[in-house]
Amino acid sequence: MKPARFEYVAARSVEEAVAARAAHDDTVVLAGGQSLIPMLNYRVAQPDAVIDINRVPGLGGISVADGAVRVGAMVRHRQLELSDEAFAANPLLREVMGNVAHIPIRNRGTICGSLAHADAAAELPAALVCLGGSVTVQGTGGQRTVAASDLFMFHMTTTLQPDEIITEALFPALPDGAGYAFVEMTRRHGDYAVAGICAVITPDAGGGCAAASISACGIAEKPVRLPDVEAALVGTDLSEAAVRAAAAHVDGAVTNEDDGAGGRYRRKVARTLIVRAVATAVSRAAGNAGQGRA
Amino acid sequence: MPNQPDRMGARLADGDGGVPITVTVNGTTHEKTVSPRMLLSDFLRHELRLTGTHVGCEHGVCGCCTVRLDGETARSCLTLAVQADGAEVHTVESLGEEGALGPVQQAFKECHGLQCGYCTPGFLMVVTDYLDKNREPDLSEDGIRTALSGNLCRCTGYQNIVAAVRRAHELMQAG
Repeated sequence: MKPARFEYVAARSVEEAVAARAAHDDTVVLAGGQSLIPMLNYRVAQPDAVIDINRVPGLGGISVADGAVRVGAMVRHRQLELSDEAFAANPLLREVMGNVAHIPIRNRGTICGSLAHADAAAELPAALVCLGGSVTVQGTGGQRTVAASDLFMFHMTTTLQPDEIITEALFPALPDGAGYAFVEMTRRHGDYAVAGICAVITPDAGGGCAAASISACGIAEKPVRLPDVEAALVGTDLSEAAVRAAAAHVDGAVTNEDDGAGGRYRRKVARTLIVRAVATAVSRAAGNAGQGRA
Repeated sequence: MPNQPDRMGARLADGDGGVPITVTVNGTTHEKTVSPRMLLSDFLRHELRLTGTHVGCEHGVCGCCTVRLDGETARSCLTLAVQADGAEVHTVESLGEEGALGPVQQAFKECHGLQCGYCTPGFLMVVTDYLDKNREPDLSEDGIRTALSGNLCRCTGYQNIVAAVRRAHELMQAG
């Protein structure tokens, strides 16, 4: 299949891109194109105009400062994956990236593009949710910041307005003393996940759970935090039995039953992944005690 | 067949708004005006007649159409030709020619790393990139299979492709 006809706008600035979005009925933003172009090829998307932001200056940078990793709209997955600076501030990002498709796709696909595409089974949105990150968006009405918890609405749907463009994503650094893990279950490596779990666990001095942030992809109509699991985990001794008991609280959040993975199976997968992710995060936290981050 | 639009990959037609692009492919610079909806894979095959780049699934799954775009592997079916404006593209044709195969091609030949050959251009590009970029590549079974994981082959069962990667490394070291 080939894309249907569209008007092509090679934007030279964010303002120009925003104006072009506002000027047409139905537009899409082309950054890496690794989710968009398949949709164009299949004609699932038949926009009036494709707004290409590849030549907009100033969108290609990664910066680490003030306790956060900031990622511009044209930063490719592979760039963030290989960034030692980003890894030092938040090693979770590299682990997540390793699960996103394959290297040739990661060479082209962008971080902000994945967030805007908002696939419910995609890894990056779940990471943004787990870390409590945000995106900066620009529209005709100006710039605003949207928290991860307010960004994702439904599978492939965000709360962004039709004229808005994500210009930057902000991933907070890993908290001091915390451990992290991203684990997922896919039928083949690189596929979208049946379920994926992102966990950041901060143990206290006695080895108990001081804080937990856990999110999931693939289990619901959007990436979700798992507050019931987190609440059940905080204050426990993080023993395998305690983690297993806490993981059972994921059941109510599993609403996705498609792709040949029924609810009962997916709940089981999600529970198992939580146990694995928390165990890995806890073991890594032991090596991270007192280590200063960005 | 009439009424079969786009079989040639969205060639420039009325109302398509042609965009001039300059692309260097395998060292030769081309100036063309293309439809914005033309895929890079179709540009290479139909406009430049470089048919070594194969088109398989056309949605990024199979890896047959992999080329190097400014030195990085990329799916040419998931790239618009207009996005390659100003870029340097390398296709499988850059790896060698009849009678003078490059090391990766030679290794695939020696190890029977192909049967029908449809997926081969993509594998050759990915393996070339892997061995070019890693001075000490991970040549374990896992390492190689991870490097190749974005490319599908339905004939070989991959064993001979894995063997070909090791052989290509040997040839490159020797060469």
